[in-house]
Amino acid sequence: MPVSGTAKSQDLASADALLTLKDLTLRFKGQTNDVVHSVSLRVRQGEVLCVVGESGCGKSVTSMAIMGLLPGKATQISSGKLSFLAQDWDLATDCLPTEVRGREIAMIFQEPMTSLNPSFRIGDQIAEAVQRRRGNSRTEALERAEVMLQRVGIANPKQRLRAYPHQLSGGMRQRVMIAMALANDPQILIADEPTTALDVTIQAQILDLIRDLRDETGMGTLMITHDLGVVAEVADTVAVMYGGQVVEQGPVAEIFNNPQHPYTIGLMSAMPRLDRPGERLAIVPGTVPTISNMPEGCRFRTRCAFATAACAQRPKLRDVASEHEVACHFAPLETHVKVSA
Amino acid sequence: MTAPVILEADEVVKHFGAGSGWLSHKSPVQAVDGVSLQIRRGETFAIVGESGCGKSTLARLLMRLLEPTAGRVSFDGVDVSHASGGALKALRGQMQFIFQDPFSSLNPRMSVGKLVGEPLEVHAPELSAEERREKVAELLRKVGLRPEHAGRYPHEFSGGQRQRIGIARALAAGPKLIIGDEPVSALDVSVQAQVINLLGDLSRDLGLTLVIIAHDLGVIRHMSDRVAVMYLGRIVEMGTAEEVFATPLHPYTQALLSAIPSMDVPSKHQALAVLGEMPSPSDPPSGCRFHTRCPYTRAQCKQESPKLEGQLHQVSCHFWQDIAAARKPTTLRPKTDAVEARFALYKAATTGGTVIHQNQEPPERN
Ligand SMILES: Nc1ncnc2c1ncn2[C@@H]1O[C@H](COP(=O)(O)OP(=O)(O)OP(=O)(O)O)[C@@H](O)[C@H]1O
Ligand SMILES: Nc1ncnc2c1ncn2[C@@H]1O[C@H](COP(=O)(O)OP(=O)(O)OP(=O)(O)O)[C@@H](O)[C@H]1O
Ligand code: SF4
Ligand code: SF4
Ligand SMILES: [Mg+2]
Ligand SMILES: [Mg+2]
Repeated sequence: MPVSGTAKSQDLASADALLTLKDLTLRFKGQTNDVVHSVSLRVRQGEVLCVVGESGCGKSVTSMAIMGLLPGKATQISSGKLSFLAQDWDLATDCLPTEVRGREIAMIFQEPMTSLNPSFRIGDQIAEAVQRRRGNSRTEALERAEVMLQRVGIANPKQRLRAYPHQLSGGMRQRVMIAMALANDPQILIADEPTTALDVTIQAQILDLIRDLRDETGMGTLMITHDLGVVAEVADTVAVMYGGQVVEQGPVAEIFNNPQHPYTIGLMSAMPRLDRPGERLAIVPGTVPTISNMPEGCRFRTRCAFATAACAQRPKLRDVASEHEVACHFAPLETHVKVSA
Repeated sequence: MTAPVILEADEVVKHFGAGSGWLSHKSPVQAVDGVSLQIRRGETFAIVGESGCGKSTLARLLMRLLEPTAGRVSFDGVDVSHASGGALKALRGQMQFIFQDPFSSLNPRMSVGKLVGEPLEVHAPELSAEERREKVAELLRKVGLRPEHAGRYPHEFSGGQRQRIGIARALAAGPKLIIGDEPVSALDVSVQAQVINLLGDLSRDLGLTLVIIAHDLGVIRHMSDRVAVMYLGRIVEMGTAEEVFATPLHPYTQALLSAIPSMDVPSKHQALAVLGEMPSPSDPPSGCRFHTRCPYTRAQCKQESPKLEGQLHQVSCHFWQDIAAARKPTTLRPKTDAVEARFALYKAATTGGTVIHQNQEPPERN
């Protein structure tokens, strides 16, 4: 019996929500199918939401749509309501005004090199961002820049302020981007794979920094990653995406200790485990279909070992525990199926 | 552990950018600086360490894609450090490389059949065209692709499939040893698992020796029999994966392991601080190269370079005994039975089990 949760979907707009996205559906012009279909997300104050899923499942496109950064001519947003700072925007017709985006939301992009100007010293770039938003003096702004470089684990921050982007390693440039994004205490941080290119030791430092800011300033974070280890470390809530849809979402403890969607279970059991070395890993069979080949109904059904004809009907997200939603007809599996060898 | 040594490095050194004589102002990059190791036939040997510590350079030295500045590399007991011509070509057949990036490492204009058949032309010229086609089909099947894929081109395949093509190509030369430089790090978890399983099967079924470079410690623990931990061009700890992960002796290894994101939720994670970042390999610190970041540094560390000591489990640190004595063991929390049961159900269903539904139709829900 699925446990009926206390949270209803209206709670998505509950009082302490900083940012909510409702029912985002979009496609790229010329395509016959939605790349993002009916995605709803919520980030509350002081909370880290991690969006996970395989390459191409629509994580970056979703975050770009929130930021209003998708190419307008090539994108067709058919629905999507964004609520932020007690205001609503209909993404089908509107997007976040630039000043809100710049001041209150910081974004760290997946491709760091594109967002630093190669011809200015990094100290000047960070200081400029600080001055623009906070109106500090130049000296104060440079001090702030130095503090931030230190906090992202860059040694000799004072000297490094004078470096140009090309004089830094890729990992260091990524950390500069993070320092710049966080220098202004944004209300929301949207971070697209912020630590994927970094060594574990540096990654641990960055995750610490994000947690600290969350605790100090109540910053909300929407973090995109495909690393479940990172999710376990920083997430308060998790949304698992597959083929442009959210297939499971809930509090991090629920997702890890009570994963219900076959795709979530597949992802988790495919991770090498320190306590089970050498054991043959479970896999998610096959590969993600292209958008134009996505099946009707449950988009996971071409790879799902538990699919029946009924899965040609799209399963809706439904509550299975408090604030924990799953889109699968047969979740939890053990009450609906048996497997014999 | 009694298998014969297949590949051996003896005090191997590689410095880049040296050699332009007394006019050169730049100090050379000491990418690999005195590495000795022995890899045994049939084992999976892993090399870990931070970006820039010299892993890829070491791999290229072992493969003889680079010539060492000093020291010796031997394959099957023969010094190959300065091999050239026919000897080098023969060596290439024995040792093959798998690259990190399945997207850029395959020539986009060559069909899969050609990509996999090319090494056969070089290393098995005696085969007729027909025999070669047969062999290509067999190799494709071995890596989980289909013979009819031979006519297609790399762009028609997913990342995981492309990595399989790369593996088939490596196998075509009939190597005894394969070195993979981050062979799965560009892949998604789900696909990564398929390639890890494949590499495991191949090493077991074909008795291949594998050398794996990876930065994902979970992947390393899963795949390898022995591990070498590198820091700034040197090996600081080496031993069986079991020992190194359970009782890391070097402060750097301890820090690396503590930085692995735990899969426990709620996370009780406490990463050991490694202060600052790795110094430049063209100006490495005196004495113990880790002393600028080590939480246990003492005066001796700045002057004397510690040697790699020990038998099966080796460590290079003056004070490893004191440090090990003070260290608390880490314990992994088991997953809940409910989660394990679901994982087991999933695994059974995806490995050929028959799924029986109570009802084909989902229950009515409102
Ligand atoms: N401008 C565009 N025009 C057409 N298709 C696009 C465009 N941008 C993205 N796509 C497609 O939309 C889908 C979702 O892409 P997205 O970048 O959101 O994936 P992702 O989940 O961020 O993947 P990754 O983990 O690789 O970053 C992909 O199939 C991608 O090829
Ligand atoms: N051909 C070269 N010429 C000059 N310096 C080089 C060359 N190849 C590598 N290096 C330098 O040698 C050092 C070790 O590089 P290497 O690529 O072996 O590191 P790595 O451990 O493989 O790092 P990563 O994890 O980033 O791949 C680095 O400082 C690198 O910049
Ligand atoms: S709805 Fe059907 S196809 Fe989709 S995940 Fe559930 S069982 Fe699998
Ligand atoms: S030798 Fe000294 S500096 Fe080096 S790891 Fe040991 S304690 Fe640390
Ligand atoms: Mg992306
Ligand atoms: Mg490398």
